[in-house]
Amino acid sequence: MTETTRTKGVSRRTLLKGTAGLAGLAAGSGAITGFPYVKSADAKVLRYLGTAVNEGDDISKQCLKDTGIKIEYITATTDDVTKRVMTQPNSFDVLDTEYFSLKKLVPSGNILALDAKKIKEFDNITPVFTKGETPGGKKIGGQGTAPWKVLYLEGKDSKKFATSATEFVTLIPTVYNADTLGIRPDLIKRPISTWAELLNPEFKGKASILNIPSIGIMDAAMVVEASGKYKYADKGNMTKEEIDLTMKVMTEAKKAGQFRAFWKDFNESVNLMASGETVIQSMWSPAVTKVRSMGIPCTFQPLKEGYRSWASGFCVSKGVSGPKLEWAYEFVNWFLSGYAGAYLNRQGYYSAVLSTAKAHMEPYEWAYWMEGKAAEKDIKAPDGSLLEKAGAVRDGGSYEDRMGGVACWNAVMDENDYMVRKWNEFIAA
Amino acid sequence: MSEEVLQQASPGLIPGSGTARAAKPTRLSPSFVSWLQAGPMMLVFLAFFLIPLVFVVIVSFWDYNEYQLLPAFSGRGYTDTFEGCIAQLPDLCTIGKTYLKTLKLCFMVWAITLFIGFWVAYFLAFHVKSKTWQMGLSLLCTIPFWTSNVIRMIAWIPLLGRNGLVNSGLVKTGVINHPLEWLLFSEFSVVLALVHLFTFFMVVPIFNSMIRIDKSLIEAAYDAGASGFQTLVNVVIPLAKPGIVIGSIFVITIVMGDFITIGVMGGQQIAAAGKIIETRVNALQFPAAAANAVILLIITFLIITMMSRIVDIKKEL
Repeated sequence: MTETTRTKGVSRRTLLKGTAGLAGLAAGSGAITGFPYVKSADAKVLRYLGTAVNEGDDISKQCLKDTGIKIEYITATTDDVTKRVMTQPNSFDVLDTEYFSLKKLVPSGNILALDAKKIKEFDNITPVFTKGETPGGKKIGGQGTAPWKVLYLEGKDSKKFATSATEFVTLIPTVYNADTLGIRPDLIKRPISTWAELLNPEFKGKASILNIPSIGIMDAAMVVEASGKYKYADKGNMTKEEIDLTMKVMTEAKKAGQFRAFWKDFNESVNLMASGETVIQSMWSPAVTKVRSMGIPCTFQPLKEGYRSWASGFCVSKGVSGPKLEWAYEFVNWFLSGYAGAYLNRQGYYSAVLSTAKAHMEPYEWAYWMEGKAAEKDIKAPDGSLLEKAGAVRDGGSYEDRMGGVACWNAVMDENDYMVRKWNEFIAA
Repeated sequence: MSEEVLQQASPGLIPGSGTARAAKPTRLSPSFVSWLQAGPMMLVFLAFFLIPLVFVVIVSFWDYNEYQLLPAFSGRGYTDTFEGCIAQLPDLCTIGKTYLKTLKLCFMVWAITLFIGFWVAYFLAFHVKSKTWQMGLSLLCTIPFWTSNVIRMIAWIPLLGRNGLVNSGLVKTGVINHPLEWLLFSEFSVVLALVHLFTFFMVVPIFNSMIRIDKSLIEAAYDAGASGFQTLVNVVIPLAKPGIVIGSIFVITIVMGDFITIGVMGGQQIAAAGKIIETRVNALQFPAAAANAVILLIITFLIITMMSRIVDIKKEL
């Protein structure tokens, strides 16, 4: 009796094991076909690593509709994007990053340059990127990591930036803007026309800058130059002495209580400004728009010394090849074909290919955002919310005026390591 | 078949007669059992703490350039960190100033959370009689953890900001003429936020120690003529010591390494040991960040060692 039970038990267990094994085998070999059909072999999926700037749901939906490519966003801060490229190059396919990080990314060998010949609109990309001038021929300031200095590589796997045009493009340009100080005209109550105002004791405890050392120090350099204390050969590539000098000015201001807080993300900057904690701070165009859409006056103030500009673009991970690389080209080509460009322009950024974006915008929108003309109708954001009432004029005016007024570009300095140490010293002061 | 059903219904039932011998469970040695119990945690600890820690120490002695780690021995992470510490004397160097500030914040937060936490625990343990209420009220202490860190931080601006609730209230009632600037983005707001968050870590261990104090001891003290204060100092505090030390270790270790709360509440203008590490990591200077992490670890470890000198936790538990 006992014996039988045992045998039975054993056999039952063995049977179970056997079946499980078989089931596993069957599943593994694909013999089981009862599962819902997944188009795993055909689905065109691209993992898209970038900051939130270009990553709109509307953009990915439209892209899926037009090209069948499904975009999976991986969103991170500028610093974290760079970190991820360095440490996990296989965790993404398409990279959307800023030109100034190329000084770190290209030597790492973790990204792949794209072939200019495969980019349909490449010849229509704004001369801001290729020649360093506006379409109207205005020369643009080239201090810092200006995109045209790092746009081309010498060869496919080269780690050297080419001085003249080649077909190997580090980043296919997508979006850029000219940044300046945002101010609260209702609280300042007088015209502001120079970067020097950022450290004006009048705004003690009401000023702010970015908490990204490499960008914060450039804003500081604009102030130093504007106040006539020093003239830099290249604000984006300071010598140790220049870093010391700039940080000294900053440290004095910090000790005197000039800064209310440093901000790191979009929402922080909006909150500081909207709540009146700060009345003058370095800012991004859409953040100014956001404050204004809350019914609070805020101006993206053009200043006589010019703008600090930034630009970003697409490349792919070194691990991308075969069909995936083709999809990446298809996606980049789609991105430059107008829908995304118009979307970015409507947020107050600028698109890399102006002609296609223009075709996707209403003439009155184009006139407001790009030509600096008074709005004929109410200006709406991509999501349909009201940004500006009819009659409003964009701060800083037209594309020509704003991009033509750029003085320097976000940068990584040769003395970056020293600068970061000095930044920590500045925070501890 | 019927045998099987029987087995399943009552597994303890042993069919047949001569099976008592066979069913005798094999005894596991007590030491094996305790290894088995501690094993999972030990493995987790080993895989996710000790091994990464070893890597951090190794990397802290590597060299680096703009875009990669160079696996060659270098003390650069450390020498850079202590840059100017001798040359600048008697002024403090960056790392000295940073740790002084961190320790100061840490001490203030520790003292305040200990004071508040002790009395909350005292109230829960000795004044609240019902177990249900004790549970309910201690759960209330977890409320600060119900919202995300970011939301909690942003929520302070409308309260403490220049045009916030507190300032406008004080101005309207005529207590002050101008809004108080130091309410936000200051050491005050940093300490406030940290205390608000971490008092809970004091309450729980102290409450746990107090609840185990034999009430008859307090009655005995009372009978022997001790005043309330004497009972507190001579009976309650000594017996609550393990809880106090455990709570202190929680609070001190968290505050020493914090950079998010200090950053947000301090307007990113207050130095913290954790912030130095963050800045270095963001600049991809991993060896320098690792060196700073090792320094932070050593200092925190020293503080905890000092505290456990005062109270032998192992003995008291």
